[in-house]
Amino acid sequence: MAEFRMPSLGADMEEGTLIEWSVKPGDRVKRGDIVGVVRTEKADIEVEVYRDGIIDQLIAKPGETLPVGAVIAVIREEGEEVPALGAPTPPAAAPPPAPTPVPAAHVRASPLARRVAQKVGIDLAGVTGTGPHGEITELDVQKAAETLKKAPAEKPAVPEFRAGIRRAIAAAMARSNREIPHYYLETKIDLQHALKFLEAENQKRSVRDRLLSVILLIKAVARALRDVPELNAYWIDDQLQPKEAVHVGFAISLREGGLVVPAIMDADRKNLDELMQALRDLITRARAGRLRSSEITDGTVTITNLGDLGVETVHGVIYPPQVALIGFGKVIESPWAENGMLGIRPVLSATLAGDHRATDGHRGAQFLTALNQHLQEPEKL
Amino acid sequence: MSEPEIKAAVYKILRKIAPEAELDQVRPEENLREALDIDSFDFLNFMIALHEQLNVEIPESDYRKLSSLSELTRYLSVRLK
Repeated sequence: MAEFRMPSLGADMEEGTLIEWSVKPGDRVKRGDIVGVVRTEKADIEVEVYRDGIIDQLIAKPGETLPVGAVIAVIREEGEEVPALGAPTPPAAAPPPAPTPVPAAHVRASPLARRVAQKVGIDLAGVTGTGPHGEITELDVQKAAETLKKAPAEKPAVPEFRAGIRRAIAAAMARSNREIPHYYLETKIDLQHALKFLEAENQKRSVRDRLLSVILLIKAVARALRDVPELNAYWIDDQLQPKEAVHVGFAISLREGGLVVPAIMDADRKNLDELMQALRDLITRARAGRLRSSEITDGTVTITNLGDLGVETVHGVIYPPQVALIGFGKVIESPWAENGMLGIRPVLSATLAGDHRATDGHRGAQFLTALNQHLQEPEKL
Repeated sequence: MSEPEIKAAVYKILRKIAPEAELDQVRPEENLREALDIDSFDFLNFMIALHEQLNVEIPESDYRKLSSLSELTRYLSVRLK
């Protein structure tokens, strides 16, 4: 028997609300299968199992909010005997008492009520529940929506989602700045070869198959991490723990505000088309609120690209337990001297935020040099 | 295709890409990407939708000619004559 616990879907997560199960007792599951949806303060995340087996018990009930680490299901191995009834595995930890004021995530509401509330934009914290133990029902949400329509609020309420995502970002970034001694290095990269290569590539493709320039940056970062593996790592228990796989977390801004950082798995092993496909899939699902748990938890490094917004240089905040974040700014046509000749080149500012507990500036400088070299040979990416 | 028809088609696509944006508030000469907070991924999706719905494939080298609604409408008017 194995306990399946409420996963930690980010450094900032303390608890999650089970929205729904997509399996039932007796179902066979394989590692990586999606078994349910958990709501964090940032988003609804599709939760995957980490082992093969058969669902034995579903302990958490839809709508229940439980701390990270609490047992939410039990999975038995193929051939393992079904245990006697009446002996359920106790939760690892009792849910903490609800603080005052009650955060929106703690509101008791049926899953259907939550879905309807999200659809019509109702903040559940302001709805009075008439169900069992004061649980908010779908009807309560519908009534609240009608009332809101008839008498619009004087001041629009901050949507639950937006407030939640801000709280989650605040917790993660505050922890990062509190715990991680950041150092910053910046380099300017001549992107002339890379952009010419991209232009030629895109000319061969239909509009649907075109590559974005950030794909070259992601691949070059992944390759440079292979050259300087100390930056592709976690800092846990006062130790640097290098990661074999390169899962590049990519900061995606949401139109409602805030951001999520899901990972492109094995970015160093994907070709440019596969990376573009992976990024397209990730952005589309991130904005639709359909990310998977492994994408949220398994990133080994983060890229944030603010060039689209005209920012020249990015000094990012590392997402713990990662030890590095790479920031990209806008590509700007700038004077560029090379071999005694002055010309105009498209120049990119690349910044490394490094965790000084894990690495020193020397390694960081080697990484930026490797990144630059990979971008000078785009045809090899 | 007339200019009003092009404009209607463009608005329809943009409403899907930036559903919360108030398109009527965007001035014709305003930078579209800044006004609607469209990133390069959204812009590529915009190009794909124009291709699929208006059957016009816009080369990447022409992107710089499409920074505002008025430029876009003029460009498409010529291409769709």
